[in-house]
Amino acid sequence: MLQSNPLYRSTPELKAKPLLAVEDLAVHYRTARGTSRAVDGISLEIHQSETLGLVGESGCGKSTLGRAILRLVEPSRGSIRLDGRELVGLSQTALRGERRRLQMVFQDSGAALDPRWTVGQLIEEPLRVHGIGSLAERRARVARLLADVGLPADAAARYPHAFSGGQRQRIGLARAIALEPDLVVCDEPVSALDVSIQAQILNLLHDLQARRGVAFLFISHDLSVVEHVSDRVAVMYLGRIVEIAAREALWRAPAHPYTRKLLAAVPSLERRGRRAGRGIDHHDTLPSPYSPPSGCHFHPRCPMAVERCRAEVPSLRVTSGAGHRVACHLA
Amino acid sequence: MAGVLTLPATGPRRVGLLARLARRPSACIGLVLLGLVAGAGLAAPVLFPGDPLDMVGAPLQWPGTDPAFPLGTDMLGRDIAAGIAHGARISLMIGAVATLVALVIGVGIGAAAGYYGGHIEAALMRLTELFQTIPPFLFTLAIVAVLQPSIPTIVLAIGLTGWPALARLVRAEVLRLRDGELVQSSIVIGASDARIIGLHILPNVLAPVIVSASILVANAILTESSLAFLGLGDPNVVSWGAMVGAGREVIRTDWFVAAAPGLAIVAAVLALNLLGDGLNDALDLKRELR
Amino acid sequence: MSADSPVLQVEDLRIAFREGAAERAAVHGIGFSVAAGETLAIVGESGCGKSLTAFALLGLLPGNARARGRVRLEDHDILGLQGEAMRRLRGARIAMIFQEPMTALNPVLTVGAQIVEAIREHDAVSAAEARARAGALLARVRIPDPERRFVEYPHQLSGGMRQRVMIAMALACSPAVLVADEPTTALDVTVQAEILDLIDDLRRETGMAVVLITHDLGLVAEHADRVLVMYAGRAVETGSAASLFATPRHPYTRGLIAARPRIGSGARQRLAEIPGQVPSLGAVPRGCAFAPRCPAAGAPCRETLPLLEAAGAAAERVACLRWKDLHAPEQSPVSLDA
Repeated sequence: MLQSNPLYRSTPELKAKPLLAVEDLAVHYRTARGTSRAVDGISLEIHQSETLGLVGESGCGKSTLGRAILRLVEPSRGSIRLDGRELVGLSQTALRGERRRLQMVFQDSGAALDPRWTVGQLIEEPLRVHGIGSLAERRARVARLLADVGLPADAAARYPHAFSGGQRQRIGLARAIALEPDLVVCDEPVSALDVSIQAQILNLLHDLQARRGVAFLFISHDLSVVEHVSDRVAVMYLGRIVEIAAREALWRAPAHPYTRKLLAAVPSLERRGRRAGRGIDHHDTLPSPYSPPSGCHFHPRCPMAVERCRAEVPSLRVTSGAGHRVACHLA
Repeated sequence: MAGVLTLPATGPRRVGLLARLARRPSACIGLVLLGLVAGAGLAAPVLFPGDPLDMVGAPLQWPGTDPAFPLGTDMLGRDIAAGIAHGARISLMIGAVATLVALVIGVGIGAAAGYYGGHIEAALMRLTELFQTIPPFLFTLAIVAVLQPSIPTIVLAIGLTGWPALARLVRAEVLRLRDGELVQSSIVIGASDARIIGLHILPNVLAPVIVSASILVANAILTESSLAFLGLGDPNVVSWGAMVGAGREVIRTDWFVAAAPGLAIVAAVLALNLLGDGLNDALDLKRELR
Repeated sequence: MSADSPVLQVEDLRIAFREGAAERAAVHGIGFSVAAGETLAIVGESGCGKSLTAFALLGLLPGNARARGRVRLEDHDILGLQGEAMRRLRGARIAMIFQEPMTALNPVLTVGAQIVEAIREHDAVSAAEARARAGALLARVRIPDPERRFVEYPHQLSGGMRQRVMIAMALACSPAVLVADEPTTALDVTVQAEILDLIDDLRRETGMAVVLITHDLGLVAEHADRVLVMYAGRAVETGSAASLFATPRHPYTRGLIAARPRIGSGARQRLAEIPGQVPSLGAVPRGCAFAPRCPAAGAPCRETLPLLEAAGAAAERVACLRWKDLHAPEQSPVSLDA
């Protein structure tokens, strides 16, 4: 079983040039209710053949961040560099060429796949759009892609609705890797699937990465899934990253109170009943992104909050070890 | 595997559509009625050669009195059956072409407004609303009166009043898809706007458009008849509306002169409405898939 | 009521859908019982029939579905009860909360008005008293600032708060049994933990029985006393939660446990996956429904339908022809890795 890029993991500082570098990225929506800061100044890096997990609860802006990286929503400020090339400000036409390297898998492939097209046509479409290969070559490639994602060859002639949720996710994946991208943004790719099917898709992602060296930005609300698939994990809360660390470090030594709260809430087979660290929390709702709390956004829910947390926005700073960063005054 | 990628996406569906329509009784009645009307129109030159506006017999013969004129003759001695058959050609032709005009304008404006949004959408939608605030029949009447009544002007006038409803419908459907994952997934693979609109959006909004189009054809037939009834039809061709209008003067004594073309109008409009209803059910992709 | 006399007893429950003249079975005879103060979890993947079972308990099946068998609530046979008789029990003795509370709440009534209505539906109390009780219920489900929430509308509340309101309504008449159908699937994980902890506390305080329908084994482990695992409309394994997770016997249960990603499981690796798909309603195979996906299945599994049989010291039961072979300690455990 091939681990993804062991070189990077053992010596992160050697890998100077990241595949994707996001800096101070913000997405603000102006609506009748005011300005919503869905993504509010996020910086992160993704290296080749790496999986960065992005976890957070609904409304934290994780999907918006994923879509902003693909320029499906327009960033309000900040920079997105793919191999050093700036994507923000690029015209849609110029962007079209870059899209070969940057693909996406959606939560609901049923909605992302045109119901009037056959699976073969859908997987072939990206190749056709970029003028790759002759018809015969493209057809052969579609057959190979189907095999790669574990679908039978005769799937090509059928329509998406003939497939189950897990199989549709495989079709979506085949479409995403058809152009041999460097990075695939996976937005909640297994959230709608049953446990047994979820494991199949997670394994498929694992195998594809081992075989093709593709990098993933894996977005999910499910910490146990994110923790399972990722090399590093970023925790998002209300438009900001509050903690980012290698997966081992994150669960062994979570530094942000929100990360600890998330970890305590993940149900586990080993324990029974209420767990320590899972007290009664009356603020079981995310504050509105239209009027986020001052200072550290998490302070109203934080058991440790002090005056400084209300006043001052904590910056994401290195705490311990390689690349473990946390945005908390008290960590 | 061979031929897989060239498989037409709509091939197997089209066959299924007729079968699905046939399962609905009202749609069947609509199809049969429309078939009769269209058949009469198609067969008109064979069944009734010569100009239907010619005087061919004694005036005001009741139906059944002369086997040569099964539906009788009007007060000028014209064959009513011939008039109805030839009128079917005109009515269906005007209905179809006017709807086509409305479709081209409405789908174009609706798709552009829905897909591009922003200022483009605002401008196009204001234009649409402007057209919608004018009472459609008066608008049609005015255009025909100004441009002289002839088939092209009538078609244009009806087409120009029919598109705003279509544009709004198409815009709403496109908006629904615009921010959905279907379009996003196409953007991500690098597809051009034209490709996304033409290959992924429009085919998926077609169902409600087809349904509206069938109703639009019915409306166009009604409008043309109304124009002709008011004497604003093309004077050189026979029209159901004009026939009803002519029969109006003798309605107390010889009501069949107005009733026969009137029934033809009812049949054609009813057929198209029933068909539209049936299509509405049959084209429902979600229901079909489950 | 003593702990051993069950408040809810289900025997040979069968649910089928009418399709023209034919019937298509969705639940093929399952049985279970729940004692006062106990939580029974019914766990399984989508389409296994767990939600249908829940709906059948309250007589809420869709019109084209029919339930047979026996459902005994306290001293009444309630399966097939119609109209007024069922309505009197529903809410008063057995209540249900749903995955999406918004669909079960009336959007044009305030939260308080809906709870008051739920109380007065079953208890002839004055409006003032009902209001007082409703306020107390809101406080009891730990809704902060209950006076303010009382006059708010459902859309003004978060998903977690709505689920709390649903629980308050369910508790309005102190039911003996609470059926919770995926009550936290639509909620965030931190909120999920709080809602289930709340249900646990209320169960302990009131002694009501809870039937928890879920797909999440983690929730079962944390909150259930006993478990019924369903697959394709049948019970495949049942027993106490402790023993089921310590020594799962059915290959499906073992597969489900192994397929769950776990935090802190060491280096990144593949998960043990269960190959194939859940069979669709019309295409359940002969013999054991799980056989086509089962790594341990032999030829007999594809022919003979396994019945639930006793396995282990307590009330553990399993429906598998080969569980003894799989469970024999001297044999090397069958790997479920594909």
